[in-house]
Amino acid sequence: MTSVLYDVPGPRAKRRNVLFTVVFLVALAALVWWVVRSLADKKQLEWTKWEPFFTDSRAWTTYILPGLENTLIGAALAMVIALPLGALFGIARLSDHWWVRGVAGTVVEFFRAIPVLILMLFANAAYAEFTDVSPENRPLYAVVTGLVLYNASVLAEVVRAGILSLPAGQTDASKAIGMRKGQMMRYVLLPQSVTAMLPALVSQLVVIVKDTALGGALLGFAELLASVRPMSANYGANTIASFTVVAVIFVLLNFALTTFASWLEGRLRRGKKSTGAVVGADAVAELATPGEHVAPHGRDTPRS
Amino acid sequence: MREIVFDFLEGYDLLGAFWVTVQLTVYSAVGSLIWGTLLAAMRASPVPLMRGFGAGYVNVVRNIPLTVIIVFTSLGLFQTLGVSLGADDFKTINFRLAVLGMIAYTSAFVCEALRSGINTVPVGQSEAARAIGLSFPQVLSLIVLPQAFRSVVGPLANVLIALTKNTTVAAAIGVAEAATLMREMIENEAQLILISAIFALGFICLTLPTGLLLGWVSKKVAVRR
Repeated sequence: MTSVLYDVPGPRAKRRNVLFTVVFLVALAALVWWVVRSLADKKQLEWTKWEPFFTDSRAWTTYILPGLENTLIGAALAMVIALPLGALFGIARLSDHWWVRGVAGTVVEFFRAIPVLILMLFANAAYAEFTDVSPENRPLYAVVTGLVLYNASVLAEVVRAGILSLPAGQTDASKAIGMRKGQMMRYVLLPQSVTAMLPALVSQLVVIVKDTALGGALLGFAELLASVRPMSANYGANTIASFTVVAVIFVLLNFALTTFASWLEGRLRRGKKSTGAVVGADAVAELATPGEHVAPHGRDTPRS
Repeated sequence: MREIVFDFLEGYDLLGAFWVTVQLTVYSAVGSLIWGTLLAAMRASPVPLMRGFGAGYVNVVRNIPLTVIIVFTSLGLFQTLGVSLGADDFKTINFRLAVLGMIAYTSAFVCEALRSGINTVPVGQSEAARAIGLSFPQVLSLIVLPQAFRSVVGPLANVLIALTKNTTVAAAIGVAEAATLMREMIENEAQLILISAIFALGFICLTLPTGLLLGWVSKKVAVRR
């Protein structure tokens, strides 16, 4: 392995690396021992506290699975609604008319700059005050609305970056065969940019899944975290055990999504049929930042 | 007219709440910069065990929702294990726990930002540096790190802004920051739209200038390749 930071190790560096490994191993072992001891002190390692997750199917059917279902429903709804909205605003930001660009840009910048929790709290109160959404449905509505407002603005940037990532030749060619602006967008740019931005979309899904937990903690949305919390009352104060299970489920779910995103990215980058344009999974962090603008290839619009 | 419209602000410490938000952001930013740099050093180190630990930490922590981590610091660390971080009253304990949770979470993203900065430096740079006879410390301090630091400003700015927005999650354990106050005000006052607009504006004032300023700095210092 070559690294920009260091050479291939020689005999002395190898000895030093072994020493570092041993020191680090000791430190790590001390840390693990300390954690295990403090858990054991508080009787959190007793089998009775962990047992329900392995032997009692009711722990799964009454608490974990319904919660996971709500998490997935919330995340899927938010994604499905946010995507067309985001596409709309992303395209509007590339409009030839300054006022369309201006309005879309302001809306996108506004919602990217605000924490998603503020949007959820607002949506929750707004549904209570201005609509007759039943109180038991209100948390789901509020969570999805908050997630949609925030993620649509992030996805707008993803869509914009996707369109901008296409080679300029695509625009030129469609102009040359006499396409209108709308036709060019519908038949040439959008279909290709959808493929290009798939990795970014999947990794934005990870953000959405994680943010549903906010609704569980603060709006009473019965997602995974919220529905596992009452378990410690019914299964003998197994807080550590239940949090571990929740964390493991989230990690597995999101790790699968992340792996899928980077597999897609690799496939698209190597693809022979496509233009090779791709909005990577890592680009999402940048696109979620207010004030940050992407201009790949130094171009501002695809029609220059 | 002004007195009538903004009557509902009476009795609420708006600036105080946003000050707590700023404090949460600053303490967590400093903490996660330190822990994140250590993690990045581990992930870039020649020792496989350290690399493994760094990669494992980042992949586990960034896939757990921040809400789960923050709620765990209160229910798990404090109430179950009795970790109070040297504070006596609930207000300080919750604040410190929130900062701890925020550091644990954000440092994973800091680590990734730093690593991506190191990765933007082409291997040819250090190979050329070695070829002209620079020693290892010279390669690092004269060639690699200056380029890495410059390209890391942008990604770190993104992490900082995400952190500023994420501090609202501390409302889940009752830290008296902006989102907590917003919840309280929405409950007690009838001015929903106006209250929300004020808090939205507050966060825009925190995040937008940071984004614009650091975006400008990162473009200014960027290494052209």
